[in-house]
Amino acid sequence: MTFSALEVWVLIGAIGVGTFALRFSFLGLSGDRPFPDWALRLLRYTPVAVLPGLVAPLVFAPTGPDGGADPARLIAAAVTLGVGVWSKNALGAIIAGAVAFYGLGAVLGA
Amino acid sequence: MSSTTPESAYWQGLRDAAPFVLVIAPFAVVFGVVATEAGLSLLETFGFSALVIAGASQIAALQLMIDAAPLAIIIATALAVNLRMAMYSASLAPYLRGAPLWQRAVIAYLNVDQTYALSIARYEDEPELSLPARMAYFFGTATPVLPVWLSMTVVGAVLGNQIPPGLSLDFAVPIAFLAIVAPMLKSLAHVAAALVSVVLSLALLWVPMNAGLLIAALAAMCTGALIETLMGRRAP
Repeated sequence: MTFSALEVWVLIGAIGVGTFALRFSFLGLSGDRPFPDWALRLLRYTPVAVLPGLVAPLVFAPTGPDGGADPARLIAAAVTLGVGVWSKNALGAIIAGAVAFYGLGAVLGA
Repeated sequence: MSSTTPESAYWQGLRDAAPFVLVIAPFAVVFGVVATEAGLSLLETFGFSALVIAGASQIAALQLMIDAAPLAIIIATALAVNLRMAMYSASLAPYLRGAPLWQRAVIAYLNVDQTYALSIARYEDEPELSLPARMAYFFGTATPVLPVWLSMTVVGAVLGNQIPPGLSLDFAVPIAFLAIVAPMLKSLAHVAAALVSVVLSLALLWVPMNAGLLIAALAAMCTGALIETLMGRRAP
């Protein structure tokens, strides 16, 4: 890792303060200020807008045996997503994904 | 007048939150493991969990640190992941109006996915709940969540130092995120936002400083909101 201890703490502090500001924002106001509808509508999609984009390059990364995407990663990602959508259970999805990834890794000799 | 006393509300919150420990613990362990793999010390890892208490943004920040992205981009991306907290704050505020400012500040610090979801559901179910009972219920939900989050982070960090490097733990990050996102794909708008995010983030990988992800996320948020508007209904 290329970060100094100071940079790591700056990072943690900035994310901590910023996250607290987001959490406190409307709780801190005493007045009756309604949240604009369009803003609520945008905010509702932040997790599904940010996290898939973060994951995609990791899933499709060229780490496979032939220089392409790694089949174990692709299949494990599909299993995690499928179990998660079907069961609505994050813990079950993690376990299924981990079993698929390490199971396939063993089978494919990765 | 509600018959729920603050004391019974507190215990109710604690009981309601207890099963979520099973969800929080694995994410805390994953964060602790990945943080030590990324080179963070035990104190830095613990401080991260204690000051931020938002696993997805913490793991997102770690991934960008591993990618050696600039500090400003890492901070912006982690905060983008946490933008939803402003929505939580806006939706809790009308129910907690009138509570002392310091108590609202403590609630803000503890305002995470699980405590928020349980509390807002309770407030909507029982509108006659008194303000002290609402506060007590919220603190009840936080009581199992925070200690488990912090202690399991430490367990993960200690484990991370003992796991052999050949175990491809880097894939814990995508699996954890896919498991968080999958149950959220409950409407066409959510699915479309996720697809736009995936396609654009891959298409914008050439953009310097990992800024492509932020552009992709912004476009995905607009897509979700636009489709929701076109469908003429509000997601649950």
